[in-house]
Amino acid sequence: MPELKNELDTTKKVKVTDRNDFLKKVGGGIFASLLLPAIFSNKFTTALAKAAPEIDNLPNIPPKQDGEDVLVRMMRDLKRALKKPLEQRKWSMVIDLRKCVGCHSCTISCIAENKLPPGVVYRPVMTEEIGEYPNVRERFIPRPCMQCDEPPCTGVCPVNATWKRVDGIVEIDYEKCIGCRYCITACPYSARTFDSGRYYNEDTPENTSAYVGKELAENYEIKPAYDYGKEWPREEDDSPIGNARKCHFCLHRIENGLLPGCVISCIGRATFFGDANDKEILVAELIGQPNVMRLKEEMGTQPKVYYLL
Amino acid sequence: MRDSTFSKTELISQNRVKILNKMFRIAVTIALVIGFVGLIDRIANGHHNANYGSYIPWGLWVAGYIYLIGLSAGAFMMSALVFVFRIKAFERIGKLALLVALATLIGAMLSIWMDVGHMGRIYRMIFNTNFGSVMGWMAWLYGLYFILLSIEFWIAVRPDLVAWMQKEGIKGKLARFLTFGKTNISDEKIQKDKKTLRILGSIGIPLAIAFHGSVGAIFGAVGARPYWNSGLTPIIFLVGALLSGGALLAFVVYLWGPERRSRENSEIVFLIGRIVLALLALDVLLEYAEITIGLWSSVPSESESLKLILFGDYWGVFWFVHIGLGIVIPALLLIFKSRTPRFVALAGFLIAVTFISVRLNIVIPGLAIPELEGLRDAFTGPGLTFSYFPSLMEWLVFIFNCAVAASIFILGRIYLPVAVVRNNEMETNHE
Repeated sequence: MPELKNELDTTKKVKVTDRNDFLKKVGGGIFASLLLPAIFSNKFTTALAKAAPEIDNLPNIPPKQDGEDVLVRMMRDLKRALKKPLEQRKWSMVIDLRKCVGCHSCTISCIAENKLPPGVVYRPVMTEEIGEYPNVRERFIPRPCMQCDEPPCTGVCPVNATWKRVDGIVEIDYEKCIGCRYCITACPYSARTFDSGRYYNEDTPENTSAYVGKELAENYEIKPAYDYGKEWPREEDDSPIGNARKCHFCLHRIENGLLPGCVISCIGRATFFGDANDKEILVAELIGQPNVMRLKEEMGTQPKVYYLL
Repeated sequence: MRDSTFSKTELISQNRVKILNKMFRIAVTIALVIGFVGLIDRIANGHHNANYGSYIPWGLWVAGYIYLIGLSAGAFMMSALVFVFRIKAFERIGKLALLVALATLIGAMLSIWMDVGHMGRIYRMIFNTNFGSVMGWMAWLYGLYFILLSIEFWIAVRPDLVAWMQKEGIKGKLARFLTFGKTNISDEKIQKDKKTLRILGSIGIPLAIAFHGSVGAIFGAVGARPYWNSGLTPIIFLVGALLSGGALLAFVVYLWGPERRSRENSEIVFLIGRIVLALLALDVLLEYAEITIGLWSSVPSESESLKLILFGDYWGVFWFVHIGLGIVIPALLLIFKSRTPRFVALAGFLIAVTFISVRLNIVIPGLAIPELEGLRDAFTGPGLTFSYFPSLMEWLVFIFNCAVAASIFILGRIYLPVAVVRNNEMETNHE
């Protein structure tokens, strides 16, 4: 527990003091004028105000008991994984296709969690039709970001705005991304999408008096997303608008001891999540099964999303 | 060896050129005005009104960019015939070719700049370059190319600028300013300049191969897209650049070449026509190889893209625009009317203009085949579809970018001595 606290605390403090020092040094100087927009922007002040997440704030999980929901076990697993240093974690996902009923709840909860605009989707569910009438079956395949161990999308970025983190999650720095979309073409899974700055409530009729209408819907849509643990209010032409975006396993949730949105919303409990480096956890158990497969294995991208058939 | 007396049809008609020139200027003015509407939309609403998006992330502007940059690389390589290989017949059009290269380069940069999500962060291409990415190299290569091209152009026009300093009005003022006080035009200095031009041109050839080859490599290196992922892609890009750039030059020399009615001018048009015909044959060969290998291999991920080009919704773009207007008609003109300047110029014009269809057919079909078939209907929305046709805003901005390139050329042609032949060059006798 203290390890993580220290880790998080120090990173935050270092940042803040660095900035202060820097400001002191150039204060009054000609460069100060260049920094003003940065100081007064929302992002900067909220970053200062927001305290580092405390390990004590992690949710309390009841002790292990028979017949408990897998979600409880996974949350307990998650809590244990968070005590390890970042580089020893290997976030992985297992999706049991036999349990997926194709309800698309994960897609929707993901959109709600990450406040995704039209044209951006992190986890669509693909439908495959097998056989011919009257002998037809459907198979549903959710497709999050594969968080590849050998990601083809990161190397092509011309400006070093995306990389694989030590815990295995492929991160995009929205502030660095210039929006060239080369990474989108390079991903073999179409897991990256482009935020063109659209809103679901465009052309929605205004209705100020009631509980429906544009204002209320808008209010929801411009609430900040928390991709990669930072606050991203949806403002005109500002990141993440104009950026490549993709699933990040709800990093902001897992680092606070919560499971990704798609996992908790899965009505069939078909999606599993955890640190595959920990041999005792559910995900590691499932990955070890013989009926496991990954998408486009032949490309050698080594996805960290596994499917059970 | 031909008879020194030209038949009437072999000379460029002054009247026709005048009319065409006027039409061209009117067209460019209109294009600038209507294109500006698109530009305002792009600046005000960002990528909102664009039809490219998540599944087809690159559209008309990327195609427009590789189209214009190809024209630039091609025109530049043609100028190398003058400054590096010193082919006498071409000496008269060296400056013109450099101006074309410069104008289309600026148009191309504008096109790709409009395309990025954060135009204000484009400086990161230089300051935070990832040299592990082909695209990371681009800003550097373009920067070098732009500098080299500008210096080369300046050295090439400087002696004529000096001659223009006496002129009155804008031309004279511009000439006096642009010489930057370097008014020495002694034979010695001119010879020295020629040597410098040769060195710059020699650096320029590998640079042009590098940057345009890299544009091809951007596509060729994407393992996820079988249609692009081929060692042939950068080569096809280079041949396409030479072909389209050369073809454009045939048209440009016809319309804006020095002393249009002179015999020499017609000869250059004919010579470029022959080069373009050879390049056209090479380009067809490469395209044939690419298409047939892809179809015969019958790996759906690649053959589906090719089938989309040949028989998809936009099959007309390939068969009519590219094969018909871009290959068959120009080839016939270049074979059977090879000594009629206006037909050679028309062939060049057709190839150069329709080459945008080749560029579109590289960019779009590579993206329009779902990487995972189920994605087609999994979650749809704007940008989450696998069919693409540019929106009105995209067309307008594309037209604007091309019009900017054309305007730079027109202004350069009017206000700079690019189509002036110095006396010592006139001595050259052809063949």
